[in-house]
Amino acid sequence: MSERFLVEAVNDALHVEMERDPSVLVMGEDVSRLGGVFRATAGLRDRFGEGRCVDTPLAEAGILGTAVGLCMAGWRPVVEMQYDAFSYPALDQLINHVGRYRWRTRGAMAFPLTIRMPYGGGVRAPELHDDSPETYYVHTPGVKVAIPSTPADAKGILTAAIRDPDPVVVLEPKLHYRTAKEEVPDGEHVVPLGEARMAREGTDVTLVAYGAMVPLCERAAVAVEGEASVEVLDLRSLKPLDEGALLSSVAKTGRAVIVQEAPRVSGFAAEVAAILAEKAIFDLQGPVLRVTGYDVPYPYWQIEDAYMPSVERVVDAVRRLLAS
Amino acid sequence: MSQVLPAEGGLRRVIGDGDALPDGEVEGLDAGDLLALYRNLVLLRTYDERSVVYHRQGRIGTYAIFWDHEAMQVGSVFALEDRDWIFPSYRFSAIGLLRGMPVSTVLHWWRGHPAGWWNPEEYGVASICVPIGTHVPHAVGFAWGSRLKGEDRVAIVHFGDGATSEGSFHEGATFAGVMKAPVILFCNNNHWAISTPVEEQTAAPTLADKAIGYGMHGVRVDGGDVLAVYDVTREAATRARAGEGPTFVEAVTYRAAPHATADDPSLYVDEERVAEARENECVGRYERYLTRLGVLDEELAAEIEQEALERMRAGIAEAEAEPPADPGLVFEHAYADPPPGLADDLAELRRVLGQ
Repeated sequence: MSERFLVEAVNDALHVEMERDPSVLVMGEDVSRLGGVFRATAGLRDRFGEGRCVDTPLAEAGILGTAVGLCMAGWRPVVEMQYDAFSYPALDQLINHVGRYRWRTRGAMAFPLTIRMPYGGGVRAPELHDDSPETYYVHTPGVKVAIPSTPADAKGILTAAIRDPDPVVVLEPKLHYRTAKEEVPDGEHVVPLGEARMAREGTDVTLVAYGAMVPLCERAAVAVEGEASVEVLDLRSLKPLDEGALLSSVAKTGRAVIVQEAPRVSGFAAEVAAILAEKAIFDLQGPVLRVTGYDVPYPYWQIEDAYMPSVERVVDAVRRLLAS
Repeated sequence: MSQVLPAEGGLRRVIGDGDALPDGEVEGLDAGDLLALYRNLVLLRTYDERSVVYHRQGRIGTYAIFWDHEAMQVGSVFALEDRDWIFPSYRFSAIGLLRGMPVSTVLHWWRGHPAGWWNPEEYGVASICVPIGTHVPHAVGFAWGSRLKGEDRVAIVHFGDGATSEGSFHEGATFAGVMKAPVILFCNNNHWAISTPVEEQTAAPTLADKAIGYGMHGVRVDGGDVLAVYDVTREAATRARAGEGPTFVEAVTYRAAPHATADDPSLYVDEERVAEARENECVGRYERYLTRLGVLDEELAAEIEQEALERMRAGIAEAEAEPPADPGLVFEHAYADPPPGLADDLAELRRVLGQ
């Protein structure tokens, strides 16, 4: 075990997997000479050469499109999208090809590519450096989506994504790239996709969250200690989703608040709420509530805190639910 | 090296007109090769003409016609090695026939039957690309990735003039140049993207001019001249194998048939140009060339046509004999390791269908 920041855990996973599997290739904007704008890919060029850690032209659809071709040539590309919102031009390739190509070959060819990107707000950045785009990805058939919230999970989930036979999008909470350090297993470390993590046990309300909203929910749980016993479920993987963990937690607490920083309409919280309506409605003692970003463009950073779900908003939802 | 004919805008050509325009020559093709090219042209022509009939008979769905686009497919594929990969657009849907793919497979594709979706590794032919130009980066990535693995494989990607307006074309071409990928960007300028003329796709004097901006070699060729297409593609493949990077080929034709079975070109097309193109269509042009050369006579031509018709008859019979696909296939193949919900959905569907 070594103490690592979240972004260092990502970097460690890339080193370990590139060492283990010579077909793993890292590509993206500024990933090689610079080691990535967040240094997630630092050291890879020196260790594995510029052939396996590639600075690409500034063209996201070209990056993802050539990654599809690289898969056909036998590579296992790990693509970095420099920021969440910078990935939108690549949705063309993602929707039209990445999620469909295996199906097109009737399962004969694998497209084991990983797309990883820093996501989310709260970092006082210019426009389009703050988005939480998971819904676009989860909604795309043929693509899996995972979002870690801790350094150890960031390593284990990225490792699982790289080894997965299907395309996986991994969103990394950039807000927590260099906040808390924690012990991260050395060497190979896999956190299987589709397994949620019980971040905190409780008996009255379940807070369902992923990524940067997990530590926020943990703070909210602490804030209402004495009033309510709050459970925090870290989904870690949105597709495949650990429905078992979700349903058993809600069966225990009878109440759920889902927290996401993406805009509300048709966001992943809506999917979780629908699952609870379909499969847990008789366990519920109150309405399923959502605390989300709003249906507006992510705001100017001087007032971004008004947009982001806060401890106060989560605590308010918990109190409303308990009073209902 | 084929002859350049300045009278036709610098388009490379080999086949003359038996009169004022002399025939050129292509090195390295013997009489057997010349006839193999002819057989392939007739096969694709027959495939295309029969498909239009099958569509009218309700035996296949909407079909994108490639009448007079045969020379570009046959010439370019003949210039490659079997280990090289082809990335076709939907216009060149039957290009796999040139790599031994059964006729029934392509017919299945146009019939919307799962049996029409093949394994690209089996033929070195990627899946038919429907969204315009988005397969350009795939070919580039394949070529770049093959070179990175030390494998001697070239990729060719076929697309139309309209595709050069797409961002994917631009990004793919940019990568091809930067990575010095062994790829051939084969653009068929047939002057029309459905109803929009090429002059409204670009203000560039020629599409081949775009090659300059990507730092790659560009060449223009008469797309109805199978030997000239073969020759420029062979040169491009040689350059690619030598590590000299990609080539942009602009193969010029005039689309003499509708875009697809659902199209009405009388609303937009220049009928005089169409008549001229039909007069000079690529199979007949090559047939007259072989006849002048003494390689082909009427008897052999009739025999080759019969062979092709027979393959089509057998192909459609095979396609129509295929049992309907199991609805359970809806849930197959998207994932190697599917999310658990899909199994529940399949079970529910089976229950509702009473299976």
